[in-house]
Amino acid sequence: MKKIEAIIKPFKLDDVKEALTRAGIVGMTLSEVRGFGRQKGHTEMYRGGEYVVDFLPKIKIEVVTTNERAPKVVELIIEAARTGAIGDGKIFVLALEDVVRIRTGEHGEGAI
Amino acid sequence: MLPEEVSNYFHRKGTEMTQGTRTISVGRTLRISAIALVVGGLLAAGGWVFAQDKPAAPAAPPAPTAAATPPPPSKPDPAGTATGGIADVTAKTAGKPTLEEIAEFAGHNRVSLNLMWTLLTGFLVMFMQAGFALVETGFTRAKNVAHTMMMNFMVYAIGMTGYWICGFALHMGGLGALSTMGGTGLLDSEFTISLLGKDFGLFGMKGFFLAGSTYDVAVFALFLFQMVFMDTAATIPTGAMAERWKFSSFVVYAFFLSMFSYPIFANWVWGGGWLSQLGKNFGLGHGHVDFAGSSVVHMVGGVTALAGAMVLGPRIGKYNKDGSANPIPGHNIPMGVLGCFILAFGWFGFNPGSTLASSDLRISVIAVNTMLASASGAIFAMFYMWKKYGKPDPSMMVNGMLAGLVAITAPCAFVSSFWAFFIGAVSGVLVCWAAIFIETVMRVDDPVGAIAVHGVNGAWGVLSLGLFSDGTYGDGFNGVEGTVRGLFYGGASQFVAQIIGTVTCFVFIFAASYAFFKIYDLVWGMRVSPEVELEGLDVPEMGAHGYPEIQGPATLVHAMGLSTPKAPAMSTIAPERSR
Repeated sequence: MKKIEAIIKPFKLDDVKEALTRAGIVGMTLSEVRGFGRQKGHTEMYRGGEYVVDFLPKIKIEVVTTNERAPKVVELIIEAARTGAIGDGKIFVLALEDVVRIRTGEHGEGAI
Repeated sequence: MLPEEVSNYFHRKGTEMTQGTRTISVGRTLRISAIALVVGGLLAAGGWVFAQDKPAAPAAPPAPTAAATPPPPSKPDPAGTATGGIADVTAKTAGKPTLEEIAEFAGHNRVSLNLMWTLLTGFLVMFMQAGFALVETGFTRAKNVAHTMMMNFMVYAIGMTGYWICGFALHMGGLGALSTMGGTGLLDSEFTISLLGKDFGLFGMKGFFLAGSTYDVAVFALFLFQMVFMDTAATIPTGAMAERWKFSSFVVYAFFLSMFSYPIFANWVWGGGWLSQLGKNFGLGHGHVDFAGSSVVHMVGGVTALAGAMVLGPRIGKYNKDGSANPIPGHNIPMGVLGCFILAFGWFGFNPGSTLASSDLRISVIAVNTMLASASGAIFAMFYMWKKYGKPDPSMMVNGMLAGLVAITAPCAFVSSFWAFFIGAVSGVLVCWAAIFIETVMRVDDPVGAIAVHGVNGAWGVLSLGLFSDGTYGDGFNGVEGTVRGLFYGGASQFVAQIIGTVTCFVFIFAASYAFFKIYDLVWGMRVSPEVELEGLDVPEMGAHGYPEIQGPATLVHAMGLSTPKAPAMSTIAPERSR
């Protein structure tokens, strides 16, 4: 099993969610996060003074899927979240040891 | 309401409507009472309609005078053309008033309308407190909202109390007769000193607690109107000193301003004091003229704010080691914009109300000048920021509108619409320039820009009166014959009087306020600790978060009864203080 964490631009959330649910992904977790990459934040103006916003707001999506479907999910996220501009985000793919459904106590792929 | 309470409520209503429902006991159910109410109401309505149809038959035994001329039958007047006539003039013989009675009535009417105008516009100015609260809170950070809001809230209550104790007496105690509100010269005691053979009025001495011979309708109306003006001045410094001021110190300050510093300067301009007599005593125009308070209210507030912000020092993180300034954006722009609109609305009380008379029809000129200056202030602030920094900054457009309003407050009654627009336009640019100058050159940290808006533009307002007053209004102002003329209309001496007033305002208010703040700071301390400032003043100072659900973790810990989370060790960071 794989856990896929994608950091994306907040306004791309709907596109990504739609693409994944259409592809049969039944659940996901998302968090509002802040961070920076090579762009190093950006500057804003307030009353004639410039200030740097170091950590830009992003959305983190976490999806768990089988090994076979993982490449397809990654592809779909790239397709839906890409704008081509700097700051589109990153995808991390992690190997996942186990999944447990709390209600029934099931383990493994059946619990996804 | 509990069912029984509802029942009782309907029962009470029922007994009011008709006697029939009195038989229903309190313990009956809601349904019975409600039915009784409906039936009783119908009966009462029917009886009323019936009574209307009967020819005029007075219910009460007729009075002797009414018997001579029976009252005309009551007819509805949907168009409103017949309501109010000779029968409504109070007279010994109804419908046949003597000339003396008509004159009496006309005089009473004039004063009634003037009193009502003064009170209503005073109510509008009172609502400006809400505008100030929103502007100041919107332009500061979320972690300090409860503190900033409550300063704006309590200044109303504390200021009013202080003004009632002695502020009003020092301010207006020597005013003399007030012709528009009855002309009863009850406020007749001014403390004066003699210099160069002329009398210099320093402060009034009558009206403490509004007691004794000042227990009078005209004096009370004047008190209400002047109180809300004082409170406007008092609430200005809370913006410039926000996010780092101890609440206890603020409370003492609110008494200081409302009881002493504001009333004394206001006496000099509006209470018959020496600045208003510069014209009569030394031939300088009409003396220092400030129609609605550019200097008396706004400059006093702005200069007090400057002194306070200097003594307090800048917020942690405002200035870098090399002295450059960091912007600290406010947390809620919509709040600031709403506050600005409320202030602009309240200004229709502030300026037009300052005639203290609805019979002075100059109010339409005053109201239009006021709105024109607010428009040009906002427009020119917008273009200035757009051109200079690339974007029309929202908080500076708001401050531009307020600056236009502050500037037009003194000259609103004396200038044409063109000059009103021009005065506002200058203030729109001036406020942007001044805010940045105060922040980057003077290095005084003013979170909301109160010093630039009220201090700088208050001064510009009274000076502009001395430049552009066109001589169409103000005959007899401050006891000087002839209309008020500025420098460009042949009134050079008026401009001199305005300069004297402006300089006096700055010197007196700055010296008094700086001394007060400095002494208080040395003895008790005015500023919260760095730990409190970094955590936000809401919980340490007020015991409550403004936004508990947003300011999460700390709230959770408090809710669970655990200890206050430790702020990061900040003992090494001392607040930078300006010397």
